[in-house]
Amino acid sequence: MSTAEAPAEAVPDRGAPAVQLTGITKRFPGVVANSDVNLTVAAGEVHAICGENGAGKSTLMKILYGMQPPDEGTIAINGEEVKLRNPQDAIRAGIGMVHQHFMLADNLTVGENVFLGAEGLHGIGRAARARLAELAERTGLHAKPETLLEELGVADRQRVEIVKVLYRGAKIIILDEPTAVLVPQEVDALFDTVREMKAGGYTFLFISHKLDEVRAIADTVTVIRRGTTVGTADPKTITSRQLAEMMVGSELPSPETRESTVTDRAVLRLSGLTLGAEGSDRNALDDVSFTVHAGEVLGIAGVEGNGQTELVETIMGMRKPSGGTIELVDADGEARDITKAGTLARREAGIGYIAEDRTRHSLLLTQPLWVNRILGYQTREPVSKGQLLDIAGARADTERIVRDYDVRTPGIDVPAAALSGGNQQKLIVGRELSGNPVLLVASHPTRGVDVGAQALIWEQIRQARAAGLAVLLISADLDELIGLSDTIRVMLRGRLVSEADPATVTPQELGSAMTGAGEGDEE
Amino acid sequence: MTSWRTKLLPPLLAIVFAVLLSAIALIISGADPLQAYGTMIGQMFKGSTAVDTVNLATVYYLSGLAVAIGFQMNLFNIGVEGQYRFAAVVAAIAGGAMKLPPVIHVIAILLVAVVAGMAYAAVPAILKVTRGVSEVISTIMLNAIVAGIIAFLINADQFGVQRGNNIGTRVIEPSGRIPGIPLGSGTLFGFVVIAALIGAAYWFMLNRTRFGFELKASGESTTAAAAGGVSAKKMTLIAMLLSGGVAGLVAMPELLGRDYSYGITATQMYGFTGIAVALLGRNHPGGIALGALLWAFLDTSAVSLEQINVSKEIATIMQGIIVLSVVVAYEIVRRADLAAEQRRVGRALAGRKGSSVAEGGAV
Amino acid sequence: MITDVAPGSGSTMPVQQRRRGRIPGWLRGVIWAVVAIAVISTASYSTGVAALTSSNTAQTALRLALPILLCALGGLWAERAGVVNIGLEGMMILGTWGAAWGSYNGGVWAGLISAIVFGALGGLLHAVATVTFNVNHIVSGVAINLLGLGVTKYLANLIFAPISGNPRQSPVVPKFDTYSATFLSDWLGDLEKEQRVGISDVAGVLRGLVTEVAPLTMIAIILVPVSFWILWRTRFGLRLRSCGENPVAAESLGVNVYLHKYVAVVISGAFAGMGGASLVLLRGGADYLENQTNGRGYIGLAAMIFGNWRPGGLLGGAALFGYADGLQLAGGGEAVLALLYGAVILVAVIVVVQLFRRQWIAAGLGVVGAGVLYAIYWANDTLPSDLIPYTAHFVTLIVLAVASQRLRPPKADGQPYRRGED
Repeated sequence: MSTAEAPAEAVPDRGAPAVQLTGITKRFPGVVANSDVNLTVAAGEVHAICGENGAGKSTLMKILYGMQPPDEGTIAINGEEVKLRNPQDAIRAGIGMVHQHFMLADNLTVGENVFLGAEGLHGIGRAARARLAELAERTGLHAKPETLLEELGVADRQRVEIVKVLYRGAKIIILDEPTAVLVPQEVDALFDTVREMKAGGYTFLFISHKLDEVRAIADTVTVIRRGTTVGTADPKTITSRQLAEMMVGSELPSPETRESTVTDRAVLRLSGLTLGAEGSDRNALDDVSFTVHAGEVLGIAGVEGNGQTELVETIMGMRKPSGGTIELVDADGEARDITKAGTLARREAGIGYIAEDRTRHSLLLTQPLWVNRILGYQTREPVSKGQLLDIAGARADTERIVRDYDVRTPGIDVPAAALSGGNQQKLIVGRELSGNPVLLVASHPTRGVDVGAQALIWEQIRQARAAGLAVLLISADLDELIGLSDTIRVMLRGRLVSEADPATVTPQELGSAMTGAGEGDEE
Repeated sequence: MTSWRTKLLPPLLAIVFAVLLSAIALIISGADPLQAYGTMIGQMFKGSTAVDTVNLATVYYLSGLAVAIGFQMNLFNIGVEGQYRFAAVVAAIAGGAMKLPPVIHVIAILLVAVVAGMAYAAVPAILKVTRGVSEVISTIMLNAIVAGIIAFLINADQFGVQRGNNIGTRVIEPSGRIPGIPLGSGTLFGFVVIAALIGAAYWFMLNRTRFGFELKASGESTTAAAAGGVSAKKMTLIAMLLSGGVAGLVAMPELLGRDYSYGITATQMYGFTGIAVALLGRNHPGGIALGALLWAFLDTSAVSLEQINVSKEIATIMQGIIVLSVVVAYEIVRRADLAAEQRRVGRALAGRKGSSVAEGGAV
Repeated sequence: MITDVAPGSGSTMPVQQRRRGRIPGWLRGVIWAVVAIAVISTASYSTGVAALTSSNTAQTALRLALPILLCALGGLWAERAGVVNIGLEGMMILGTWGAAWGSYNGGVWAGLISAIVFGALGGLLHAVATVTFNVNHIVSGVAINLLGLGVTKYLANLIFAPISGNPRQSPVVPKFDTYSATFLSDWLGDLEKEQRVGISDVAGVLRGLVTEVAPLTMIAIILVPVSFWILWRTRFGLRLRSCGENPVAAESLGVNVYLHKYVAVVISGAFAGMGGASLVLLRGGADYLENQTNGRGYIGLAAMIFGNWRPGGLLGGAALFGYADGLQLAGGGEAVLALLYGAVILVAVIVVVQLFRRQWIAAGLGVVGAGVLYAIYWANDTLPSDLIPYTAHFVTLIVLAVASQRLRPPKADGQPYRRGED
């Protein structure tokens, strides 16, 4: 942790800073999301805020946008101290925010989405449309104002969000992980827009955890770790390695898998798996074939939204493929075609499942922990005896998971919602590794969990792999993929496009494969 | 989460609130609330009121259970009203036509009622599962239509028999009746026992069986249940049919214990009462029983208000206020409890190790 | 190190442009009206049942459609702001009592205003429960229906019973005067009598719509375009609708979601109250009578769903219900059976359209449906009189079963919203 603590020359003096946060602290029941955050953003620069998932970036931006009041600390905009009680105050102070999850209404038109809440500026009639056209031109938005929003693609929706912010006269624009949903060409287009607007005097706060993007666009970068700012640096001079160290701190947990345990016994075999997409001619999954062996971790890399979610849900039987087969070889070596089997049958056949969105897909939030232990295992020992539940068994086994997986909880009768994300995830991992699975489908297993839980989850996956478990790992965290996987396949637009050896590949190489950069892609 | 405070406080608050608000209404209309409430309570000990209350509560209890089964799956079976009336008329017609030995005759009638209730519930269930039609609106339509079906079936051209001014189904033979239990000056429905058994079965199903777990899981989160191997569509269908089946029994205590014939003037609205009772009882079989008793008490004792020139509709107003305020009270207590629980977990963790700011992650 | 296994992969960008019909809304309305009139006049001509297009039927239909229309408008306002209002029925009941009481004491206009106020109070209660306390919208609605019934019974007992001698009924109350476009009406009457195919039918329907019309009727019909204009053409309407589509986004843009939901639900209640007034204050209808709403609030909600949460659509839905109801009152089972014949024609038209669009399955299902309907028509002389009053309900069920997947409710309709939670 030998990082530069905000060298003064990293922030060129251009009058009063556009944004100055001093000593910001924000607590939620049971957690401190931000503590003593200090941040200075000069006018007319692109200032990146970096940090891991869960480091507190989003909370900080919500505070700056007036969506949540800070418990302590002050905010100054253009040198003047302000109180931001709600987004309107922020808008009045010239701050605009492009949310990671778009704040748009599908059933309203582009125009309506832009004018909403800002009708006072130009009404909702002709004058408003003229202003909209002007801004749309600047951001490259070609949709007509009367178009329903739902007819737009992701990149255009993002443009609508940016236009919305500009329409309100914002000069300081927060972009919250704007590239997570974009394909490379769209990222380039976005960056071009940002550069142009920067030249026009706008200030940007760019939230990201993708180091290469930060280096490509930002003038200054501030790193947040565990809810607090750890340093500010110039992205042109700092190395990725240094930046990464700032982000994860001294306890940089290494997901290195030591010796190979891969066997030649196939466990999961996909051949030609194809899944049609709703409302599109393009397949969500296109001719996907691979085999996962016992003792092997197969990693799937890819920019989010390229079919990973669909792949996992098709393997789990929650979506019906339009073509291809899925075969599972059970512990006795018997191959079974499970293409037509239901989700429960697949789980009974020995598939454990860590879903990417744990609150929606893995937990019953208002139910106690021991009830959550039953979910997905309602037909199996030790929590069930056929048609009847074995409540004593479920409770005992939940106690075991809490103990073995270090789930920090006062007891097994608290509702799952009361646990922190990391502890929820440990419980889920414990559950999905019980009952001797032959295959674990792990989708972003450490997303949004704290470093301690992350290390524990990695260790558990590694142990299970050593014991002969086959693992299909989907992750957006390239270090996790490279560190845990025995083989990496890259997914792009529903297809497996390339293969990488984790022993030799670098995150940069993987990143360019994920974006299809090396392909000379046509449009 | 499962503290007694959470369970009992909201309904008590709601009742107190309803009593106070109704008292204001009574004062405005020039009546003495204390006298009115005193009369209502005093009525309990007169004649057969107490037994009547339990009898009526039996009906409400069944209806409440039927609604509660739907609620477990997040289904609004507003159609209990239509399902029980449809089942009642079909069972009454079948029961009147059958010649069977005792006990078997009763069982046959009950089976017909359950199947008829299920059949009527199958319409919204299938529409919901295959066509995505909201069960709320389709059951409302079916509730209205059932009046026409009953009128049609009871018509003298079909299965009806004219008796004086009333027209009804053929009277069920004594072999198809459930004997009552004489108690004081009234007769308790024998069906009380069956209703209690159904309540126990409901509890067992919900808390001890795999099916009950799947039902609850699916009701709480269809996505999590699907990932756990529970098909929401299948659960919707089964829950709706089960709910309809229990709804089919709602009119049976009266049909087999008192009326023996289903007439055009038979009481309505039991299905809607069931919704109120299920809400009041929080879908818990014990709670529903208490709710049903309270409701029945308000209904039966309200009649006595006429003696002191107070409109008995004040009881209906009280019922409406109770439903509305009980759901509000549950919501407030639930929110307070969740926050308290999170704080408790937070404290427990803080005690174990230095508080990690990253724990819990971003919001 | 990285080996391409599928070079040249990646097709074009996802094309999500879903083509929607480019026919403007008003034109679609006109087309539907023309098709509807063409179908029923054909049916009237083929079956010889004149009641299908008589001015008497049209007039009755209009009167019966009004409460449904007003409730549907009430539903529109609430649901566009994201609040499901199943309590319309209870608010309407409150409206009937308010109308009778106001009209008895201060004349028809006082009756109308009092009905609006009573309905709005019901709406306010619903808003308090659903918006402030986040109670499930349907639970709250059911409770309000219970409460509305209880309160009106109590009030009727307290206030009407001493005057009318019957706790279930109000004394006779003043009703709205009616106005006819005399010249037009007479001319159309002559045309109708000439019994010319098509023209006489249209004349009959139109005559029913311009003869003996009460101010309340006109107000109700004008409220449809007014609602459209407010909801889709004003700033307030945009904000209101945004609360029903994405309240979190709306709040982040400075829309006071709670306030807009409150206003919407109170207006919704006011409309339902007016619907109640239209049962009491129109000639041909009863005075206040217990249970006189008879589920019309629910039907209004169904009409709104039928109309796809749009003012023009719900007008069509209300017209359909009113017509089905008016027809069975004016023409009886025979007329409803003739309507069945009309349905066969309509389905046949749809089948042809589907064939054009190469939707073979839909067309096939249509043929089967038409066959079944025709068989019923052919096999019966009349329909059971007990079931006829429920024509509208059956139609709703069928329409929902056929069309519910193409409906587009507001995105956040019925969902709880709490400021600061997302």
